[in-house]
Amino acid sequence: MKRSLLLALLVMLPISVWAAEGSVPFEFDPNLDNQASLQRGAKLFMNYCSGCHSLQYMRYNRIAEDLEIPEDVVENNLIMTGGKIHSTIQGTMSKEQAGDWFGKAPPDLSLIARQRGADWIYSFLLSFYLDDSRPNGVNNLVMANTAMPHVLAPLQGYQVHEEAGGHGEESEGGHGEAGPALELVQEGQLNPAEYRSAVGDITNFLVYAGEPVKLTRASLGFKVIVFLILFTGLAYMLKREFWRDVH
Amino acid sequence: MASKFMNWVDARFPATQLWNDHVGQYYAPKNFNFWYYFGSLAMLVLVNQLLTGIWLAMFYKPSAAEAFGSVAYIMREVEWGWLIRYMHSTGASFFFIVVYLHMFRALLYGSYRKPRELLWIFGCLIFLALMAEAFMGYVLPWGNMSYWGAQVIISLFSAVPVVGEQLTTWIRGDFVVGDATLNRFFALHVVALPFVLVGLVIAHIMALHHVGSNNPDGIEIKANKGADGHPVDGIRFHPYYTVKDLFGVGVFLILFAGVIFFAPTFGGLFLEVDNFSPADPSVTPEHIKPSWYFTPFYAMLRAVPSKGGGVIVMFSAVFILFFLPWLDRSRVKSIRYKGIIFKVALTLFAVSFLSLAYLGLQAPSDGVKLSARIATVIYFLFFLLMPIYSKLDRTKPVPERVTG
Repeated sequence: MKRSLLLALLVMLPISVWAAEGSVPFEFDPNLDNQASLQRGAKLFMNYCSGCHSLQYMRYNRIAEDLEIPEDVVENNLIMTGGKIHSTIQGTMSKEQAGDWFGKAPPDLSLIARQRGADWIYSFLLSFYLDDSRPNGVNNLVMANTAMPHVLAPLQGYQVHEEAGGHGEESEGGHGEAGPALELVQEGQLNPAEYRSAVGDITNFLVYAGEPVKLTRASLGFKVIVFLILFTGLAYMLKREFWRDVH
Repeated sequence: MASKFMNWVDARFPATQLWNDHVGQYYAPKNFNFWYYFGSLAMLVLVNQLLTGIWLAMFYKPSAAEAFGSVAYIMREVEWGWLIRYMHSTGASFFFIVVYLHMFRALLYGSYRKPRELLWIFGCLIFLALMAEAFMGYVLPWGNMSYWGAQVIISLFSAVPVVGEQLTTWIRGDFVVGDATLNRFFALHVVALPFVLVGLVIAHIMALHHVGSNNPDGIEIKANKGADGHPVDGIRFHPYYTVKDLFGVGVFLILFAGVIFFAPTFGGLFLEVDNFSPADPSVTPEHIKPSWYFTPFYAMLRAVPSKGGGVIVMFSAVFILFFLPWLDRSRVKSIRYKGIIFKVALTLFAVSFLSLAYLGLQAPSDGVKLSARIATVIYFLFFLLMPIYSKLDRTKPVPERVTG
C-alpha cells in the first residue's frame, strides 16, 4: 500500500529531468489566413515529411477543400504514398521497419502542433546541426539526440553548433536576433531567409493540420457573439419592461 | 379549447399544479442580486452537458484502441463535431466556475442555515457527484494526461487501510489503468452519474421550493405575507425571474461562446497540451496535474508530508462542507448583518481557496509547499473555528423587510 502511494506521489512530481526538452530558441506566430503559405507547407510536408510521418487523422481531400487546391492537383502532386484522394495520409514505412531503421517509429504529426506548439516545430526544424557522434551525423538543439535525420538539409544545408562558453556573444547581447550559436557551414538550395520562410510554411501547415476547423472557427464565433449580444440586449429590455411593476 | 385540454390533463396528471408550484406561482424574494444568477446557469450548463454528451456518445468509441482516434474523428469529420466537443469540454470547466460561485453565494448570505440544511446537503452531494463525473469524463479522450491522471487519482484509494490495494484493482478492473477502466468509466460517466446528478438536482430544487429561497438580506419573506397569502417581498418566479435569468443566460453565453470559438483550450487550462498525444504507459507527462477545478484539493494533497494524511486532508476538505449548517452559530444569516470577524474570515477563506487553486497548478517547490500548507490551515480554520467566531461576532440588527 505504502509503496504504491509513494509511487503515486512520485509520479505526480513533475519529472522534469526526464524530459529531454531543450530550449525553444525561435518564435513563430502561425497565420492560417495565409493560404499560399499553407499550400506551400502542404507541398513541403508531402515532399519531405510524409515519407516517414503520417497525418493519420487528415484526409487528402480535406486538404484539397480547405486549402483550395484542385483535387487533380493533389492527386498528381501531393499523394506520394499510393493513397486515394479520400484516404488518410499514411507514411510509407510500417511501424516495424521504422523501428528497425530509426530505433523508434516516427510519430504521427496530426496533432503535433497542438501538443508541442508552433514555436517548437519552427525551432526544431531550424536547429539541426552536424554531430559526428550521432548515427545520422546530425543532432538537434530542441530535441537532443533526435532519431530524425536532417531531411531538409538539401534546402538548408548544414549548420554547426558552437558549444557555449567559447564565444562571448551570447552572454553579452541577451536574446538577440542571432538566436542560438548555430552557424551555416554548407549552403543548401535556399538562403537562410528563404529557409526560415519555408519552415514557417511547414509550421503553418501543421498548425492547420492539428485543427482544420481553426480556419473558420473564429469567423463563425464572431457571428455567434454578435447574435448573442443582440439577444442579450433584447433580453435586458424584456427584463426591464417586466420589472417595471416590481417596487 | 386549450383550457379544456388542460382540464383533461390535470384530471389525470398534476401538470398545472407542478407548473404553479415550481414556476408560475413560486414566489421568490424580489431582491436577488448578481449572485443569484448561478443556480439557473448551473442548470443551463447541466442541460448543455447532457445534450452535447448524448451526441458525443453517438460517435465516441469507449475502447483503449479506438478512443483517442474517435475523438479526433469527432473533431475533424463529424458534422459540427468540433463544436459539440468544445461545448462539452468548455462546459465542464464552466460548470465548476458556476457551481463554485453558486456555493460562494450560499456562504455570503447564509443560504445553508435552518431551514435550508437539506437543500445545502443536496447541493454538496451534487458537488461530489460532479467531481466524480468530471474526473471520469476527463479520462475518456484517452490522452496521455487522461491516462496518468486516472493512474494517480485511482491510486489515492490505496490509502484506505487493509483493503486499499484490492480496492484500486477493483476500481480499475485491472492491475493497471487500461481498457477495462476506460470502458467502465464510460458507463459511469454516460449513464450512472448523470442519473445521480439529475436526481440530486431535482431533490435540490424540490427542497428549495419547499422552504423558499433565501435572499441577500437573509430574512424569511414567508414571515411577512399580504392579504392574498403571498409574501409581500416575493414576486412570481415566472415571468419576473425567467426574464431576468434569460438576460443572465445571454451574458453567460457570450463568455461561453468566447471561449469555445476563440480559446477552446484556454491556454492549456481547459484542454491540456499533454492530452493531444494518446495514452502511453511508457511516457510520463512532464508535470502531472489534475484539471484546474480540482487543483485546490490537489494542492492540499501535496501540502501534507504524510501520504495517507494528504488523502485524508483532501477528502476532509470536501466533506467538511456538509457540516456547515451546524458550524455557523451567528444570529444572522447574511453577511450584510454579520460583523467584522466573519467578513475577515470569509475573505481569508476565499483567498486561501484561490491560492490553493493556483498552487495546485504549479510545479512543487518548497515555496509552493509552504504556501499551500498555510492556505490549507486557513481553509480548515474557517470551518473549525466558525462555531466560536460566528458566535462572538458583533452582528447588526436585521430589517423586517428586504432592502433591495
